[in-house]
Amino acid sequence: MPITRVFEGTVDYLQILDKDGMLDKTLEPALSNEILDRMFRYMVYARLWDRKCIALQRTGRMYTYAPVEGQEAIPVGSAMAASNDDWIFPTYREANAVYHIRGIPTDLVNLSWMGLEDGLKLDKKYRCFPYVLPIATQLTHAVGASYANRLRKENPVTLAFCGDGATSEGDFHDALNFAGVLELPCVFIISNNQYAISVPRKWQTKSETLAQKALAYGMKGVQVDGNDVLAVYTAVKEAADNARAGKGPSVIEFVTYRMGPHTTSDDPKKYRDPEETAYWLDRDPIKRFRAYLKDKGIWSEGYEKGVMEESSADIEEAIKKSEAHFQDPKDMFRYVYADMTKELEVQSKEAFRVKKTQSGGVGLPGQKRTEAG
Amino acid sequence: MKMNMVDAINRCLNQEMERDKDVIILGEDVGVDGGVFRVTEGLYDKYGRARVIDTPLSESGIIGCAIGMAAFGLRPVAEIQFQGFDYTGYHQIVQHASRMRNRTRGEYTVPMVLRLPYSGMIKALEHHSESLETIYIHIPGLKVVCPSSPYDAKGLLASAIEDPDPVIYFEPKSLYRAFKEDVPEERYTIPIGKANVLKEGDDLTLISWGAMTSVSKEAISDAQMEGISVEHVDLRTLSPCDWDTVIKSVKKTGRAVIVQESVKTLGFASEIIARINEGALLSLEAPVKRVTGWDITIPYPKLEQYYFPDRQRVLDAIKETIAF
Repeated sequence: MPITRVFEGTVDYLQILDKDGMLDKTLEPALSNEILDRMFRYMVYARLWDRKCIALQRTGRMYTYAPVEGQEAIPVGSAMAASNDDWIFPTYREANAVYHIRGIPTDLVNLSWMGLEDGLKLDKKYRCFPYVLPIATQLTHAVGASYANRLRKENPVTLAFCGDGATSEGDFHDALNFAGVLELPCVFIISNNQYAISVPRKWQTKSETLAQKALAYGMKGVQVDGNDVLAVYTAVKEAADNARAGKGPSVIEFVTYRMGPHTTSDDPKKYRDPEETAYWLDRDPIKRFRAYLKDKGIWSEGYEKGVMEESSADIEEAIKKSEAHFQDPKDMFRYVYADMTKELEVQSKEAFRVKKTQSGGVGLPGQKRTEAG
Repeated sequence: MKMNMVDAINRCLNQEMERDKDVIILGEDVGVDGGVFRVTEGLYDKYGRARVIDTPLSESGIIGCAIGMAAFGLRPVAEIQFQGFDYTGYHQIVQHASRMRNRTRGEYTVPMVLRLPYSGMIKALEHHSESLETIYIHIPGLKVVCPSSPYDAKGLLASAIEDPDPVIYFEPKSLYRAFKEDVPEERYTIPIGKANVLKEGDDLTLISWGAMTSVSKEAISDAQMEGISVEHVDLRTLSPCDWDTVIKSVKKTGRAVIVQESVKTLGFASEIIARINEGALLSLEAPVKRVTGWDITIPYPKLEQYYFPDRQRVLDAIKETIAF
C-alpha cells in the first residue's frame, strides 16, 4: 500500500496597513469615517487610561495593574467588529478597552484595580464577562456560555481572549476541543505579545505559529498583524460572521508586542532587549492608524489634540468618582452564598468588631490612614 | 416504591429534567452508555444529545464548561466518573465555581451540581476509592452534600439542582446498589444544611455521613445488644454543616464518636471535634473519639479492607468511649 497524505493544513497571515500606514487597497475594509473616528478615539482613550493607571499605581492610588500599551488595536478592533449581541470574554489586559467600548463606566472599571470587587459587578446587559486572573481558565467558561446561549435558541458569537502563554495551559486545549466537538460559534483570540511575563514565545511552544493549533481541533486558524487595527477588525468580523453562519469556531492569533511590563510588578529591562522594544515601537498601532486617517482626511493635529483632551477629562473625572467609591465591607460575607449561612453571620459579627478603614490600615483613633502600594 | 440509590438518583435527574428545561447533564459516557455506574441510564434517549452531553474526556473541560453554562442560565449537573479523577478539574471549582458570585457581586452565579462518586469498599483499582471531601468543604462558596440512603439521595439531589450555589454531591459508590428502601415516586426535597438524627439515644452520639453511615448502623445495633444507647446523627450536608444538631446531641449524651472514611489528618472529623470543643466541652464525659481511614494511600483492592473503618472498629470506639 502506498503512503497517502491524510492531513494538510495552512495558516494565512493578514496585514492591511503596514508599519508606516501604507494601505493594501485590495484588503481595505469599507468603514465609514464615523467608525474610523471611533476606532481612533477608543485606541487613544485606552492608551491614556492605561498610562494613567500606571501613574496611579506608582503613587499608591491603585494596586497591581496590567498595561495594554502597544496592543490597543486588538481589543478595539475586536470589540468594534463584534455585533452588540455578541459576548466578549476579555483577559485582564484587554478588559479596560473592551469594557469601555461596551459602555461600561470607566469609574466602575477602575475599582477592581483599586482593590474592590465592585469593579467586576458588570451588568449582563453589557455582554462582557468579568475578567479573571488564572490564565486560560475563562476559555472553557466562554464555551459553556456559548452552549447555554445556543440551547436557549439565541445565537450570539462568543469572543474569548487569551495570551500566548495561555496556549500552554490545559484549559486552552479543553476550550478549543470542546468548542470544536460541540460546533459552537466561538472565536478564540490569542494576543501573542511575545512574552508571558518574562518567558519568550519561543519557549512556550515549538509550534511555528499559535494559529496553527486551531487545525488540530478541526477549525480554521489565521495569523494577523495585531498592531493593524484594520486587519484586526477584518479578521474578527470574518470569523464572527462565519461562526454566526454556522461554520463553527475558529482561532485568530494576533501578533503584537507589549511595550510595558506584564504588570506594574515586573521590569521588562530584565528580560527584553531594548532593540527589540524599539523595533516594535516603530510598529505602533496608533502611529500607523494615524497615518491612515491623515490620508483619509480625518486626522489633523487639532483633531488628535481634541480627542486627547476629551479622553483625559473623562478619565480624570472617572478617577475622582472611583476614589470616592465606598464598598461595604460586609459584602465580603454577603456574596459567598445566595443566602448568608448562620456560620457566616457569626463570623461577620466577629470580623467587624474591630473598626478598620477601607485602605487596609487599622483605624485606631488618631492613627494616620495608611495607603497600601 | 422500593429503590436502590442508583434508581433514586436516576429518578431524580429524570424528574428535574422534566420539570426544568434548563437542567442538563454532561460528563464522560453519561449519554449513550448511561454512565459508568448507569446512573444516567435512559436519559439520553429521552432528552437527546443537546441535554445529555457525552463530552470529550477531560475533567477540567467538563467542569469549566459547566461553570460557563451555569453562569449563563442553565442548571448543569456534571458527572465526574470517580472522585479520584477530579483533581484535574479542581482548579476550576476553587478558582471560579466557588467564587464567581463573590467576584461579580452576585451578577454571575454558578448554580451547578458536580456529581462525584466517592468512597471505596468496591474492590476497585487505584484512584477509584477516594473520599477526600475535605478539599471541597475547605472552599468557601461551595456546598457539599453526601447522602447515605436512596431516600436521602433523591431528596438531596433535587435540592442541589435547584440550589442557587454550586453543590458538590458525593455519591457513596458502595451504597449504589447495597440496599433498597421505600422512596416516594413523586418529587420531594431534603433541605441542604440540616443533619438527620437517624436514631435517638442517651449514652453517646455517633456522627457519620455517606458510606460510613451504613457501617455505623451495624455497630450501633451491636452496641444496643450490649446495652449502650447510641444517638446516630447523619450529617447529610457537610457544608454548610448543621452544628446546632451536633452540639445539641453531644450536650445531651456527653460522649461522641465520629466515623470518617477519609484519611485521619485534617479529615472532617478534626473540624467536628473542634466544634464540639467550642460548643459542648463542659458536657463531655470522655474525649471525642474518631474512627478513620489511615494516613496512607488507599491500598490496592486485595488488601483494602485494612484501610476502611469497619463494624468492629466502630463498636470498639463506642465501647472505649463509654468505658473512659
